[in-house]
Amino acid sequence: MKHRADLAFRVVAMATLVVALVTLGALIIDVMADGAGRLSWQFLTSLASRRPEDAGIYHALAGSIWVIVLTGLFALPLGVASAVYLEEYGTASRLARFIEINISNLAAVPSIIYGLLGLGLFVRTMNMGRSVLAGACTLALLALPVVILSTREALRTVPKSIREASYALGATKWQTIWYQVLPMAFPGILTGLILSLSRAIGETAPLITIGALTYIPFAPDSVWSPFTVLPIQIFNWVSRPQAAFKENAAAGILVLMALLLAMNAAAVFLRDRFQQQGRS
Amino acid sequence: MQPRRFERLIEFLLLAAAALSVFTTAGIILVLAVETIEFLREVSIVEFLTGTEWTPLFANRHFGVLPLVAGTLLVSGIAMLVALPMGLLAAVYLSEYAPDGVRRLVKPVLEVLAGVPTVVYGYFALMFVTPLLQRVFPQMSGFNALSPGIVMGIMILPLVSSLSEDAMRAVPSGLREGAYALGATRMQTALQVVVPAAFSGITAAFILAVSRAVGETMIVAIAAGQQPRLTANPFVPLETMTAYIVQVSLGDTPQGTLEYRTIFAVGMLLFLMTFGLNLVSTWLRERFREEYS
Repeated sequence: MKHRADLAFRVVAMATLVVALVTLGALIIDVMADGAGRLSWQFLTSLASRRPEDAGIYHALAGSIWVIVLTGLFALPLGVASAVYLEEYGTASRLARFIEINISNLAAVPSIIYGLLGLGLFVRTMNMGRSVLAGACTLALLALPVVILSTREALRTVPKSIREASYALGATKWQTIWYQVLPMAFPGILTGLILSLSRAIGETAPLITIGALTYIPFAPDSVWSPFTVLPIQIFNWVSRPQAAFKENAAAGILVLMALLLAMNAAAVFLRDRFQQQGRS
Repeated sequence: MQPRRFERLIEFLLLAAAALSVFTTAGIILVLAVETIEFLREVSIVEFLTGTEWTPLFANRHFGVLPLVAGTLLVSGIAMLVALPMGLLAAVYLSEYAPDGVRRLVKPVLEVLAGVPTVVYGYFALMFVTPLLQRVFPQMSGFNALSPGIVMGIMILPLVSSLSEDAMRAVPSGLREGAYALGATRMQTALQVVVPAAFSGITAAFILAVSRAVGETMIVAIAAGQQPRLTANPFVPLETMTAYIVQVSLGDTPQGTLEYRTIFAVGMLLFLMTFGLNLVSTWLRERFREEYS
C-alpha cells in the first residue's frame, strides 16, 4: 500500500514534466503551422507595409541587430569591470556586499521598469530621443546583472595557482588580472555575454516604453535613428485584427527564434572549445 | 611609485563600474518618484490607492488604481496555481527520483522553456490556448485572464523548479538516509523530510515567482485585453498594471500631461510591490544558506 502511493506520486510528478514538454512542443508546432507558409526571402528583405502580403521584417531585423550589438558593446566592459572588482578586489568589504545585494535585487526588477528608467533618463534627461542609442543603453542596464553574474563564475574557474605564479614573478595585481586571469576566463565571459544578449533580444516591454515606434518604414542607419525591433514588430502584427497579419506575426516569431537558436549555438560552441582548451 | 598609483586608479575605475548598479537602483527610484510626486499633486493618494475606477484616458477621468491591481493579482494568481504545484512536483522528481539520464534530458528543455521570449508566449496564449479553452468554456471572451494566466504559469515553472531543486539538493543527505533507515519510502522522505528541510529555500523560490508574474508584461498585453475592470471573473477582458503602461506608451499621449504621469505612478507601485517581494525572497534564501553551512 505504502509503495503504491509512492508509485502514484512518482507518476504524477513525471506527468507534470510531460505537460511542460508537451506545451513546448505545442507552441513550436503551432507557430510553425501558422508562419512557415509566410516565410520567404521576400519576407526577410521587405520593409513594413500596410498590406500584410507585402510586409516584411527587414527593418525590424536590422533594428534588433543594431540594438543588440550596441548593447553588447556597453554591457561587456561594464559587466566585466564590475565582476572583476567584486571577485578580485572587494571580496570581503561591506561596500562590495552592498553592491552584490543590489545587483541580485536589480536582476529581479521587471523589465518594464527599466523601460520607464530609460524613458526618464536616456530619452528625456539625456536627450537621446527615441533612438537606437537610448534603446541599447536601456537594454545594457537590463542585461548587466546577468553579465556580472556569469563573468564572476568564469573568473572563479581560473585556478588560484595561475595567480600565485604570476605574483611570484613580480607581477602586480592588475597585471595578473589583465595578462593571466582575463584571457583565461574570456571564452567563459563571452559565453555568458551571448546568453544574456539572447535574453535581451527577445525583450519587448522596455523598448515599447521608451517609445520605439511600431511603424518604421526604413532600417536604422546610425545610433540616432528611430527604430523598431523584431519583438515589437511581432507584437504590432499580433494586435491587428486581420488574420493575414497574424500569419506575419508567426513568421516573425520563427525569424526571432532562429536568431535566438543561432546565438545559443554560438554560446555552446564557445563553451565546448573553452573546455577542450582547459583540458589540454 | 608610478605603478602603484596606476594600480590605485584601476581599482577606483573598477569600483566605479561596480557602483553603477547602485546608481541604476537610485535612478529607477528617482525617475519614478519625481513623476509620481507630480502626479500626486493633482490626484490625492487616497483616490489613487482606493478608487475603484481607472479611466485616465476618458473625458470623465478617474484615477483609482484598484482595477489594475486586481487584474494583475488575478492573472498572477492563476499563474501561481499552475506554476507552484507543477514546479514543486517537477523539482521533487528531478531532485529525489530522476535518474541522471532523465535529468540531463529534461533540464535543457526547461531552460528552453524559460528562454522563449514573452511576446511568443503572448502569441501562443492568444492564438492557441484561448481558442482551446473556448471549446471548454463557450462563454469565455477572446481576451481574458485565464489563458494568459495559464501560459504565464508554464513560463514561470522552470524558475520555480530549478530554484526549488537547488534548495532540495542542498539538504544534507544524512537527513534522507536517516529517514530511509527508519523505513520511510521515497515519497515519505521527499515530502516529509526533504521538502520541510528545504522550506525556506522553496518559499524564496515561490516569492520570486510571484514577483516575476506581477511584473510580466507582454503575455497580458497581448492576451488579456485593455479594459480595466474590478473583477474576479477569469473569462472577461481586463487590464494589468504592466499592460496599462504598454497601452499608454503605444499611444501618442503628450509628455508632461497627467495621463502621461499615470504610467510612472503605476510603475512606482509595481516597483514597490516587486522590490518588496524580492527583498523577502533574498532574506529567506540567506537564512536557508545559514541553516546548512
